[in-house]
This record gives sequence, structure tokens and C-alpha cells, in this order.
Amino acid sequence: MDVLGNYKSVIAARSTDKDILKKAQDGGIITTLFAYALEEGIIDGAIVAGPGNEPWKPEPMVVSTKAELLAAAGTRYTISPNMSLIKEATRSYGLDRVGIVGTPCQIQATRKAQLYPIGMRDVDDKIALALGIFCMENLSYQALEAIVEDHCNQKMESVRKMDIGKGKFTVYTERGAVSQMPLKLIHKYVQPGCNVCLDYVANLADISSGSVGSPDGWSTVFVRSTKGNAVWDGAMKAGYFETKPMDQVKPGLDIVKKLATEKITKNQKNVDARKTAGLKADGTPKGLRNPYVSP
Amino acid sequence: MGLLSTIKERIFGRRQEKPAEKPEIKPESKPEVKPAVRPEVKPESKPEASRPQAKPAVKPSDVIEREKVEVVQKEEKPVAEKITIGELHLSGCTGCLVTLADNYEGLFKLLDNYADLVYALTLVDVRHVPEMDVCLVEGSCCLNDKISVEELKQARAKSKVLVAYGGCAAYGNITRFCRGGQWNQPGQEAFVPISEVVDVDLYLPSCPPCPQAVRNVAVMAYLLLKGNDEQKKLATAYLTPLMQLAQRGNEACGCDLMYDVINQGLCMGCGTCAGTCPVRAITMEYGRPNVNRDLCIKCGACYAQCPRSWFNFDVMNNYEGIMDAIKGAMQ
Repeated sequence: MDVLGNYKSVIAARSTDKDILKKAQDGGIITTLFAYALEEGIIDGAIVAGPGNEPWKPEPMVVSTKAELLAAAGTRYTISPNMSLIKEATRSYGLDRVGIVGTPCQIQATRKAQLYPIGMRDVDDKIALALGIFCMENLSYQALEAIVEDHCNQKMESVRKMDIGKGKFTVYTERGAVSQMPLKLIHKYVQPGCNVCLDYVANLADISSGSVGSPDGWSTVFVRSTKGNAVWDGAMKAGYFETKPMDQVKPGLDIVKKLATEKITKNQKNVDARKTAGLKADGTPKGLRNPYVSP
Repeated sequence: MGLLSTIKERIFGRRQEKPAEKPEIKPESKPEVKPAVRPEVKPESKPEASRPQAKPAVKPSDVIEREKVEVVQKEEKPVAEKITIGELHLSGCTGCLVTLADNYEGLFKLLDNYADLVYALTLVDVRHVPEMDVCLVEGSCCLNDKISVEELKQARAKSKVLVAYGGCAAYGNITRFCRGGQWNQPGQEAFVPISEVVDVDLYLPSCPPCPQAVRNVAVMAYLLLKGNDEQKKLATAYLTPLMQLAQRGNEACGCDLMYDVINQGLCMGCGTCAGTCPVRAITMEYGRPNVNRDLCIKCGACYAQCPRSWFNFDVMNNYEGIMDAIKGAMQ
């Protein structure tokens, strides 16, 4: 498979909903798609990264209204274990059609839960829409705190928006201050599990989206599955998005491909390095476990 | 059965990579391979002796039938060749058996088109363990109960694929906590995962297991034993990690998430383990699973479901096609 995975179409898009754009990280794609899917009854509810009890700490949450969706809009650069609600959403919440948004690894987990539903009773056919977001790497909450409070010297609770782009991690505060740090310095904070990840653009999602490749305020959208295609077509027809062809926007698909290749090449090396990480008594290498080979 | 040994070779690295599709070779290669795969687990001679004899006898006829069916099947779909499935009930709560029925109309479809249920508590009126293609074993094995041990050994000898079906059979599950003294068999206290007594081919953990999981495995087992080459390849790829899981060991606990995922630097905090735990023993705290070990029943679901326990791209990348195929098979 190509580094960008299988997809039916790729396009630069932006939500036409002003409320969503105000809260959105970039083009508001995920929020708008869920809003459309809720409106049309394609999903009964969606598992999203809602507000948590600490500033910028997301908490997985099942939402079923646009207001709740808006409260969850925007990117938090730390983990929201959305998969932890996937079975619960079909039980306590009683949803028959669940939407879920996740990083590539979470979408991988979603597909594994569908193909190998070991402990995921009655979940597989209830996942109606799995939306993926581009992801280079992720941070623990404590790492995010270190970046914002130590490196950028801003209080977590005073931050209005965080963003990654153009080689910088940028923090915008409520009172208008802007702090930046080079992305390079973040690498030591990246969670180790991200270093073996071989997916950048959520290859297994129904639709995946991220800012890379499109101009500011727009997002790049990959429409991948048959299901995703139907939802995307419907949303387009209903006027939820304005779009531009990918070959007419800057910086374009090439940068997506470049970053995907970089991530996968680097991480494949990390995966391979696990094979010879240790040393046996006879002088031969001793390996760490490789999740892509066996449990 | 030839195929099963092929997979086993693939997994455990026997010398021949793939004996391809040559029926004549298989009976000869089998007696060489078998004793090597299952060495001194069973000192008793009976099952050992009966197996190598039984297999070369069964296999050639298998191969011939398969070739015939591919032609016949096109004309009359129903009642074509089915595989045979049985359920051996040992020390479990019957939840696994109920799970099989929890496929509802899917169970009928399975039994109509793909599998004959030849042995199961209350569902099938057969007293003694018969020959079967796939044997699902529910429950752990009580060493204090001679009949359990004997039936388990018979099941091993008489089935081509032995599945540890559910947490108890695979890992002991709650029977791990047994200290004896319980009503109505206070003298029984030694319960072990079935792999302590016999070799197990495939694990299907969790408590209870998932109806869709056993459905998928049944469909894949059918494709493996009766399908065409392409279907066999798919089924092999699908079943491989579950067979590898059976080789990994028979101890499971929420601790696996620490030992084999977090400690190995593989956890990325997706939350699957917390979502899958049947007893809600796992919560996500600051992006990592926190296991309440007093609640953990040692069913093995969290680790098996974790995308970083295994993730086979060759299967997962085709998730759409496979899910459609299974859905189509059940219609």
C-alpha cells in the first residue's frame, strides 16, 4: 500500500458553517461531517475528544448535538483515548450507529475491533463512520504541559489555541500573546508508542483529514471507503463544504506525501531496530517484540 | 489438515516454507513434521499414537472432496460441503456456548451453509466426543476430574483444529482464583487452561468471547478447509495471529498491558483496552491504561484486542473487503 493508503478522492475543503469555523483548528472538516451525519441520521452519536477537567486535557465523550460537537472542536495535542468508549457507546448510550474520530492508531484499533472483535461484542456493525486525522506523533498531557508552560512560558489555562505548522509549535493566548518553539525540540517529549507507528494520514479511516497540504484555514480531505464516499457526497450536495481541487492549492499533495514517507521510513527503521535492540549470551542480537509480526 | 500444518510451519518456522498444493506430498511430510511440533507434552501414548495414524487416512479423501466440490458448488449452493464443529464443555459457565447462540439468525446461517454442529452440551444429542474439523473448548480443565481430562484429550485427538474458546479455556480466567471448597464439588480445586493438558491451535479469548469473533473464525475455518486457493490464503492470514496467540502462553492478566505493551514502549494511549475490558477493570489515566487488578478476571481480552499486541497489515488493509465478504457470507 502507498504511504497515503487507498483513497477514492482527495480534495482541499473548508466548512461553510461560520460557527464551526470559529472553533475549528483548520477547515472544520471533522466537526462538520459529524454535524451532517447527525443531522441526516447516518450516526446517532459520535465519540469525540470533549473538554476534560484540566485545561487542554481532552476527555473522550459521546455527543449527539451540534452544541456538544462545537465544545469538542479544535485540536488538543495530547491523547484522548476515544476507543475506550466504543463499546460503551453501543451499550449505556444505546447507539446503533456510532461515529468515531481518531488518530491513525485509533482508526487501526477500530478496524481491529471490527475484524477481530475479541472483547467487542456487538460493536463491529455499529461503527457507522470512522473519521481519521493526520498525525505525526502525539504527546502525553504532562509533555504538553512541559512544552506550553516551560518552553513557551504560558499558562495552560490562558491558552486560546495551539497549532503546529511550518516547523513550529505555536501557542496563542487569550490576551493575544504568541509563543513559539521549534518543532525539533518537541521530539524528546513524543510518546514512545508513536515511534513505531506506520500510518500518517489514517489510511484505514472512512474519511481522513488534516491541515497539511492545504492553505491556512483549509484542510486536506481523503475520501477512502465506500461508506466514506457516500457520506462525503451527501455532505457536498447539501452544501456543507466549499472545496478546491488539490492540484490547485499550495502547498499541495506533495508535501503530504513527503511527510508521510518521512514518518513511515523513520518509524519502519525504529521497528526494524527492535529486532537487534539487545544482546544474547552467544553474541547474537536479542530482539524486542514487534507488534506487526506477532503478539 | 494439510493446510493447518502448512500454517503451523509458517508460524513456527518449520523447514519447508510451503508444500504448495501437492496432495501427494502431504501424507509423507506429515509424519516427519508432527512429532517435532508436539514433542513431550503428552507422555501418555494413546493420543500420540492415534493421531499420526488417523491423519494420513483422512487427508487424501479431504483433498479429493475439495476438488469435486468446487465444481458442484456452483450449481447447488445449500447442503454443499460443510465443516464439522463441536463444543466441548469443561469447567466454564456456559457463557461461551450461549455466545455461539448470540449470533441469533447468524447461527442458523452458519449451521445451514458452513458448519454442522456435531457435538455440544444440550444442543446436540451426542454423548461421546466425535471426529470433527473444529473443536471449540469452553472452560478450563479440572485436573481433579478424570473425565474432563480424558474428554479433552479425546477432543484433541479427534479434531483438526482445537480452539481455546473463551477466557477460561485459554487463560484460566476466573477459575484461576479457585481454591477448592466450592459447592457442589469442594474437592475440585486444580483448574488449568487447556493448553496445560493438550496442544491448542487457536485462541479466542475474552469473557465471554464475542459472537462476531466466533462467527468470523467459523467462516474463516470454513474457507480454510473448503475454500479455493485465494480464500485459503485469506483465511490463513486471518487466523495466523490467533494461532500465534495460542503459542504466546496461557497466562493472561491486565498486567500484560504493562509488561508487553507499555514496558515495551508500544502504547500510544488509544483506549481500546479500557473499552474492551468486560469487567471495567481498566481506566485511562493520563493517556495510559490503569488496571484495577482486584477487578481483573484474567480473561485476556485487553491484550488480544490491543492494536499493539498484533496488527497484521495484510489483513487489516483489506478490512472493507473482508467485512463485506463476511457480511455476504451471512446473508
